[in-house]
Amino acid sequence: MLDPEEITGSFTHCGPSCDYLLLITAVPMIAAGVIALLKQPYRKTASTLAIGALSFSLLLSIIAFTGVVLDWTHGIVTRIVFNFTWFRIGASNVDLGWVLDPLSAVMLVMVCFVGLLIFVYSTGYMKEDENYTRFFCFMSLFAGAMLGVVIANSTLLLFMCWELVGLTSYLLIGFWYQKPEAAAAAKKAFLTTRIGDVLFLLGIVWLFAQTGTLLFYNNGAGSIEAVALAGLLNQHAAWGLTAAGAIGLLIFAGAAGKSGQFPLHVWLPDAMEGPTPVSALIHAATMVAAGVYLIARVYPLMQAGATQGGTTAALTVVTWVGAFTAVFAALIAVAQNDIKRTLAYSTVSQLGYMMAGLGMGGVAVGMFHLITHAFFKALLFLGAGSVIHGCHGEQDVRRMGGLKSDMPLTFLTYGIGMLALCGFPIIFSGFWSKDGIMEAAEHWSVTKAPFYMLIIGALLTAFYMTRQLAYIYYGHWRGGKPAHESPAVMTVPLVILAFFTMALGLIGTPAWPWFRAFLDGRSTNFELHRVIEPGLFVLMIVSTSVVVAGLILGWRIYGDRSPKATEPDALEKTMPRAWSWLRDRLYVDELYGKTVIAFYQWWARVADWLDRRVFGGAVTGVARSFGLWARLNRFLDANVVDGSFDKGCDELAVGGGLLARVQTGRVQTYLRILALAVLALAAILIWSSRA
Amino acid sequence: MTPLAGYLLIAALIFSIGLAGALTRRNAILVLIGIELMLNAANLNLIAFWRYGPHPELLTGMIFAIFSIAVAAAEAAVGLGLVIHIHRHAHTTDLDQMNRMKG
Repeated sequence: MLDPEEITGSFTHCGPSCDYLLLITAVPMIAAGVIALLKQPYRKTASTLAIGALSFSLLLSIIAFTGVVLDWTHGIVTRIVFNFTWFRIGASNVDLGWVLDPLSAVMLVMVCFVGLLIFVYSTGYMKEDENYTRFFCFMSLFAGAMLGVVIANSTLLLFMCWELVGLTSYLLIGFWYQKPEAAAAAKKAFLTTRIGDVLFLLGIVWLFAQTGTLLFYNNGAGSIEAVALAGLLNQHAAWGLTAAGAIGLLIFAGAAGKSGQFPLHVWLPDAMEGPTPVSALIHAATMVAAGVYLIARVYPLMQAGATQGGTTAALTVVTWVGAFTAVFAALIAVAQNDIKRTLAYSTVSQLGYMMAGLGMGGVAVGMFHLITHAFFKALLFLGAGSVIHGCHGEQDVRRMGGLKSDMPLTFLTYGIGMLALCGFPIIFSGFWSKDGIMEAAEHWSVTKAPFYMLIIGALLTAFYMTRQLAYIYYGHWRGGKPAHESPAVMTVPLVILAFFTMALGLIGTPAWPWFRAFLDGRSTNFELHRVIEPGLFVLMIVSTSVVVAGLILGWRIYGDRSPKATEPDALEKTMPRAWSWLRDRLYVDELYGKTVIAFYQWWARVADWLDRRVFGGAVTGVARSFGLWARLNRFLDANVVDGSFDKGCDELAVGGGLLARVQTGRVQTYLRILALAVLALAAILIWSSRA
Repeated sequence: MTPLAGYLLIAALIFSIGLAGALTRRNAILVLIGIELMLNAANLNLIAFWRYGPHPELLTGMIFAIFSIAVAAAEAAVGLGLVIHIHRHAHTTDLDQMNRMKG
């Protein structure tokens, strides 16, 4: 299958090879396979294998990343690809391949690192679970598939890993499948993302049909390189879109499904039925970011044919959907009482920020927020897991309170994560990444509406996070059994993530925009004065004041009150109508229930009726007519066929009896008959010759 | 009367004697002798037709007769062997009593 000549013939440029990248994704997958064969009691082996495999991937990722960074410091923009032909159908090649460039290198390190911390954390969190080995099998498979999405240089490989990621997400949301809600949530996640994935697949097939190649980058012959894009721009699809724009939109539909963008966001909050480490790894840090990463990966396609203002139809759609989702989900998050559900809506909202960042500011802006968000959202989720663990499985924030003193380490790290999520200035990475998006939004050529939407989103974010923090950590304890701090295996990853949550800000400040320059392939240096440039400085003041306003507002309403669970929420008292709308998630689920699901059920009933009456009737009719035919045959058989056959047999028996008499056993009788026969023969011959 | 007709007449006579013997005798050995007589009558015919036929120089009839004699000898050996065996078994050579293989 792997023809060596084809492999060696397709390096993009001669540099270090990147064939070892496959190991990054293969090793966790192999580990998953081995764990799948382990029996339940081999718990230690399972977790060790999973952690070991991911550590190995992390090591390779760091090696790859270092190589790319070194190239970059020498002024080379790395893009090494490793392509090969999997098989051929007719005249077209089905190619697979992987790529190492700044984008994939950054993402690889992030996924491996966050994943590894969460794996370690899981050994503590899942300690009591009897299906510990199954858990690590799925987690390892997920890690492998996710890393496959990251390195893929072929739409086919990307789509395969994409679907594997979806599958593991389904398996892990439904990990506690005994709970009906978990099973339903898993199904919902799978079906909702499937809608996006079908459109995504259409986009891929269209792209393949137009460009004739599955590869993204292939020495200038790839599907998102200049030649192919020029061809795509000449094709016109419907509604004034070019083929590039239409394909971009279809791919964005897939990304929206995976990244929980409105209107396909409904599965993500429900996905919190899974174990908390799963929520942290898959539904906060990595998998949901895959959609954002996908857009970043096909960015040349999204950007193809950009007009003067630097935007295209596809990017405009991405921006609007992102900005709308950011506000929409933040609004809902305000009124959620489940600790993980608030975080889930917050994730949806932040993914909206990333999309908006991609749409308005380019790859680096969106990706920087993706990376910082992965760290602080993983931190928040793991913190939430620690809280749930400490509160003996309680998830309702109204039944917590005062955990500040019971769980000091969790509180500290959670606070850091929360401030980073809100975008609190200077030392938190979230501030810098969100500021990048804000700046891009302010300079967007089309309209400033997304900028204001994002500002409102930031205000809401600060508000609901303060509300949650006040509920959980301040006031007095309102639960049953007193809470306790989690073991070190859970808190140490929290501390590490908290450290990176703060440290990551250093590489993305306007003074030293290392990350941005790295992804864009430019060089950069440290210049403090860029921070205090008037435009940027004003923007920073604005966003800071918005965040602070949100924090103060939240604290004024919720701080130190410790309301009871039965008591209506502080906001509910002032505006009950709006509150119930928000609490019920703006009725999107109900809307889907009334429209899509109702239609589907109606259609199912129609199909059922058709099946029973029309097709069932036809089948029964055929069966009946065959029954009649069989009965007729039986009658004919018994009376006509059998009768004649029996008669024939009787005749044969009589004839046999007659002939048997000739066989006397006397040799001389035979001889006599023979002699007579010869005489008769002779007589016939003589007589006939005479005639 | 041509010489051929004479030979044929003699052969017919021998054949008839043999056939009569085979049909009338009860002793199996005598029946065998009758059969041998008939065979030899046939052999005589073969030689006569060859000798007075269109190509007496080709030796065809002679070869045919020698083959026939060889086959007859083999047949006689087998027949006698059977008769001896039956005699040992049933202490008789009467053909009318040898009817155990009747169908």
